[in-house]
Amino acid sequence: MSSCAQPAEDVQKEKELLELFEKWRGVKGALIPILQGAQAIYGYLPKDVILRISRELKLPPSRVYGVATFYAQFHLKPRGRNIVRVCLGTACHVRGGAKIFEKMQKELGIGNGDTTEDLRYTLETVACLGCCGLSPVIMVNDDTYGRLTPDKLKGILDNYQ
Amino acid sequence: MALVTVTIDGQKIVVEEGTTILDAAQKLGIKIPTLCYLKDINEIGACRICVVEVKGARTFMPACVTKVTEGMEVRTNTPAVIEARKVVLELILANHPMECLTCVRNQNCELQKLAEQFGIKEVRYEGAKREYPIDDSSPAIIRDPRKCVLCQRCIAVCSNIQTVDALTDQKRGFDTLIAPAFNEKLANMECVQCGQCSLVCPTAAIQEVDDTDKVWAALADPKKYVVVQTAPATRVQLGETMGMAPGSIVTGKMVAGLRRLGFDKVFDTDFTADLTIVEEGNELLQRIKSGGVLPMITSCCPGWIKFVEHFYPDLLPHVSTCKSPQQMFGAMAKTYYAQKEGIDPGDIFVVSIMPCTAKKFECQRPEMKSSGYQDVDVALTSRELGRMFKQANISVAEMPEEEYDAPLGISTGAGAIFGASGGVMEAALRTVYEVVTGKELENINFVECRGLTGVKEATVQVGDMPVKIAIAHGLGNARKVLDKVRAGEADYHFIEIMACPGGCIGGGGSPIPTDTEVRLKRIDATYTVDERMVLRKSHDNPAVKALYEEFLEKPLGHKSHELLHTHYTPRGICE
Ligand code: SF4
Ligand code: SF4
Ligand code: SF4
Ligand code: FES
Repeated sequence: MSSCAQPAEDVQKEKELLELFEKWRGVKGALIPILQGAQAIYGYLPKDVILRISRELKLPPSRVYGVATFYAQFHLKPRGRNIVRVCLGTACHVRGGAKIFEKMQKELGIGNGDTTEDLRYTLETVACLGCCGLSPVIMVNDDTYGRLTPDKLKGILDNYQ
Repeated sequence: MALVTVTIDGQKIVVEEGTTILDAAQKLGIKIPTLCYLKDINEIGACRICVVEVKGARTFMPACVTKVTEGMEVRTNTPAVIEARKVVLELILANHPMECLTCVRNQNCELQKLAEQFGIKEVRYEGAKREYPIDDSSPAIIRDPRKCVLCQRCIAVCSNIQTVDALTDQKRGFDTLIAPAFNEKLANMECVQCGQCSLVCPTAAIQEVDDTDKVWAALADPKKYVVVQTAPATRVQLGETMGMAPGSIVTGKMVAGLRRLGFDKVFDTDFTADLTIVEEGNELLQRIKSGGVLPMITSCCPGWIKFVEHFYPDLLPHVSTCKSPQQMFGAMAKTYYAQKEGIDPGDIFVVSIMPCTAKKFECQRPEMKSSGYQDVDVALTSRELGRMFKQANISVAEMPEEEYDAPLGISTGAGAIFGASGGVMEAALRTVYEVVTGKELENINFVECRGLTGVKEATVQVGDMPVKIAIAHGLGNARKVLDKVRAGEADYHFIEIMACPGGCIGGGGSPIPTDTEVRLKRIDATYTVDERMVLRKSHDNPAVKALYEEFLEKPLGHKSHELLHTHYTPRGICE
């Protein structure tokens, strides 16, 4: 990462955040759209952005944070470039989903909801991916992999930079 | 308002439209169990322990939030209803640590009481229990989320009554957690340590930090000269920790009990409450005369002080520089009293008994060391003293009446009323009036200062000077007054603010339960204590007079500034 790219990027994000605030100023029920907009800008909701939103909307930080953690769509931690979702729905569960999940945690060295330090992967569990016929199933970004066994995981992960 | 007729368990009653089933049943003397519900504070229908059968309804209805309608027929105790309540309870218990025997709320826990009431013998559900670390970051409040039943009472009190919003519910489902934002430690947040959350928590998920061990250790140490001070409110609430009726006055019994615990001297915070009035009254007059910052706001309450530091730092110049009575006491015990008695202040150990959790925070503030030592070593809540008495087999009710020790135990009725909202104001007015006019006050009862109205305002004629006052208790009410001051719309001279609803008699360290009814009884008792005193004006306190003659010289003098006054720290929000 070049040393001057970062600040320029920050300036751009800051500009977008201010525009977002501008757009919703005085509008009722703006909290959710602002959280969505801020996440679109930053990729997740950093603590200082939550505090900025709370000041902008004159809401206590605890309330903004409470809402942000209530909805699964919001992320409080940085997200990886690749999102790995392991299905633990009933069908996957009975057909070894838990073993897949266990192995995946080992492969990545992180737990549910966490992101690898190099920001390459974020690991999540889901309740059902809607393709129970293929169970056990995982998804990486938009690609689905079914009928998995633990030993296949490493090969799949290697495809994603 | 329209009236409706409903039938509950076969009994008819006419109530106003909009009444809940719970309240209508209560009018009939029918009790419905509740857990999350807390009158006027938390009415969210979260726990479902209060479900009842309503004829024609497809599901059971929560009585605490369901309004009655014309002709409604309700059954509160059918076998199916009781079974439904048991299921609710067992689901909570399945996720509860069940440490009752070693829990601080043992025998005073609403969950335990319900389990006993419903005769729960086994929990039919088994599942993962939540594991969360205990948050003991704060000097006053300790959180154990494992014991949380997610009733949200603490959030309601902290957000709606105190407007501090230190707690929030995060995530959902099994992962739901009641905690500060960002799952931060409470000590790093705007929490003002008022302890109101600990007062409403039905379990031990939020409680005061227990410092009794430190006091036992000091009492056991032969080198220590251990003195205790008791806050004004303690004498009208301590009895409740040992089963006495709310509003019992136990002043002399408490003194006797403390002596039996082994304290070397039993002193009274009422003494330094009187001292506070003399200093603060003079500060007010000086500000009025010399064009200082007005309105001046009281500074006795550490919960309020932390609140203004976080939320209204721009108003800090309005806050009186007087230390609280607790801290004035510590400073006087380790200077004046130490000198007078020839005791090394390093050997003096000062314990306070307070209705308050925030006092634990206050005594650890870095400024509170003006004697050269930490002025107050340990602040215990009334609840903790109750526990010490229990351990020592001292029953307050059975104690004889004994007197406080002189001189730091000598006080007036003005000091005693500090415990109730409006008391500091009333005490100050009694003194300011006589100082300004040089005349004796005919009626020393300023009843306009008393009672549970959220914001009390009045104009009091002091000689030819009309003094405009305001009194707020509960931080949400304080905000109303502060916003006016901030906007320059307030022409008050003097404002009293107490963090806790009702003032310290309803403080976060009070016996549990503390509700409006209990608060009113303690308030009545407080004014009875005042009426029974021979001296009822702070400046008449002979021990305070002697303190000035022998040591301080004059109010607002050099020594006062050094020992009795302080400064504040702007803190901001989440910074
Ligand atoms: S102590 Fe007071 S401010 Fe802190 S969390 Fe409890 S109610 Fe809120
Ligand atoms: S901490 Fe106590 S008051 Fe707060 S939600 Fe949990 S059980 Fe209820
Ligand atoms: S009102 Fe009294 S009990 Fe409550 S925080 Fe203030 S000093 Fe403590
Ligand atoms: S007491 Fe009615 S739902 Fe909790």
